[in-house]
Amino acid sequence: MGRYIAKRALTSIITFFAVLVLTFILFRLLPGNPVLLLFRNPQLTQQQIAQLSAQFGLNRPLYEQFILFIVNVFRGNWGLSFYYRAPVTQVLFPALLNSIILILPSTILAILIGVGLGVISGWKRNTLTDMAVLSSSLVLYAIPTFWLGILLIMLAVRIGGIPVSGMLSIGVSFTSPTQYLGNLLRHLLLPMITLTLVTLGQFSIIMRTSVINELTEDYVVAAYAKGMSESRLIRKHVVPNALLPTVSIIAISIGTVVAGAVLTETVFSWPGVGTLIYDSIARRDYPVLQGAFLIVALSVIISNFIADLVYAYLDPRVKYS
Amino acid sequence: MSDHSTLKRYLGNRKGSLGLAILVVLVFMAVLAPVISPYKATQIDPTAILQPPSAKHLLGTNEVGEDILSLIIWGSRISLLVGFLATFVAVLVGTAVGVVAGYIGGFTDEALMRITDFFLVIPAVVLAIVVAAVLGNTLLNVILIIGLLSWPSTARVVRSATLVYKQMPFVEASKCAGAGTAYILRRHILPNVLPLVYANTSLTIANSIFTQAALVFLGVGDINDISWGQILHFAYASGAITAGDYWYAIPPGLMIVVAVLGFALTGYALDEVLNPKLKAGVVFESA
Repeated sequence: MGRYIAKRALTSIITFFAVLVLTFILFRLLPGNPVLLLFRNPQLTQQQIAQLSAQFGLNRPLYEQFILFIVNVFRGNWGLSFYYRAPVTQVLFPALLNSIILILPSTILAILIGVGLGVISGWKRNTLTDMAVLSSSLVLYAIPTFWLGILLIMLAVRIGGIPVSGMLSIGVSFTSPTQYLGNLLRHLLLPMITLTLVTLGQFSIIMRTSVINELTEDYVVAAYAKGMSESRLIRKHVVPNALLPTVSIIAISIGTVVAGAVLTETVFSWPGVGTLIYDSIARRDYPVLQGAFLIVALSVIISNFIADLVYAYLDPRVKYS
Repeated sequence: MSDHSTLKRYLGNRKGSLGLAILVVLVFMAVLAPVISPYKATQIDPTAILQPPSAKHLLGTNEVGEDILSLIIWGSRISLLVGFLATFVAVLVGTAVGVVAGYIGGFTDEALMRITDFFLVIPAVVLAIVVAAVLGNTLLNVILIIGLLSWPSTARVVRSATLVYKQMPFVEASKCAGAGTAYILRRHILPNVLPLVYANTSLTIANSIFTQAALVFLGVGDINDISWGQILHFAYASGAITAGDYWYAIPPGLMIVVAVLGFALTGYALDEVLNPKLKAGVVFESA
């Protein structure tokens, strides 16, 4: 178990290092002088530019720049935003928090509903229920995130009363925490529905396949022959075993969830990292773009690591090896 | 895989024939765009701005008075083109990486698979957004970026198949007869592995169309090239969504869903027909 975790942790660290290398290359590929691109800001004085160049070592050889870049990343020195004229980390972390508020409940909901539907679908395979679940999952998988968001916005505008943009009502001063929370939750409703729906389709299809594979195992026939009730068999034996491959595939698809979140945030102007990326492209705010990419990659790597731990916890073969 | 029974089995597969029918219609639409489209794509009718569907404009018009139906028909060209070309790049890279990793093995395999895993983990859409924003928004760039980010699933499929075929007696025999690595790869491994790639290819096309639409919607990519994602971009940016102009917002998204389903169903069916043992699971690897 310990060795497994250590190995996984090492892989995650190597992956993050690879992300750093990629980021470094990518943002040095920018046509033109990196000093001008990374620090071109009409507000900066000549002296500040010189100071920033020295801080990021832009007048040094490339390998020194790289080392300095790594050191700066770990020190939390991620550069200055052109647009906000503030350190990138200061811009990034509130956005990250907002993204987590959206992504965490949506992902949990998508896993619960997706896995649940997958179990029902696999259990009742080749019935009408199965067909309904399978085809709606397939359609959900094929729906572009931003289009689903657009459809929901049109629906909400028609119904009225449901906020379709932002995270809180603008210009409202909240008198109590419950009022604040209520307002937040109302804004969260549509983005959360969007992200949950586009994510759950793939989970239910994976779980269905996994359950069907599990149902062909000998122990299932044996348990059934012994007279075990079908629901107990599914709950106690099939689902725990079928969850294993599902967990590892869910881990791989975390990147998809993040991509979905970027699009969802943009459509609903949810002030998270996704919207920040979108705005930064339009503003040519490269330092923020670089920071946002790093933070997204880091979150995906950490989520994958957590998924590996969950897998190890669920699979005794990993635990005792 | 030209034999009759495979084709028959494919057409006997309900998902497969539905998928194929969708693809045929889409390809005809793209090729015959100049003939079937009621107007030229960029023909502006200043008297009809944001008009709901009518006999003159079957799917209504947008905020500058262009005919939506014509935009949809012409837009299929870029959407499919990016899908096909990006997938071509992905399959080329994926097959090369997979064959080399699987056949040579050892450290090369380990290194290549680590790189593959890396690209599988990294959120491709986000990376694509950043790369396109940095490198510039040309159509070629978008195709290359999507292609170079979509190869990992192909590489994995090809690698595992290569591992199987490299153990086969005919490869052994060929080696004894003095055949070189390049020759064995070209004559023995690739021809056997390629059928497995087909199913994956179809799914990669679906994903590429998807990614292109997402990128253009976010304003990454050439905004002047008409595609389904681009139509949605302008529908959103012009405020037609909040105004409830359903005729503007629904058709382009529906086309993306239909196209993605068409390619996904085809891939699914090909997978079932060509590699019964590898059934399922492959679909979402590259999503």
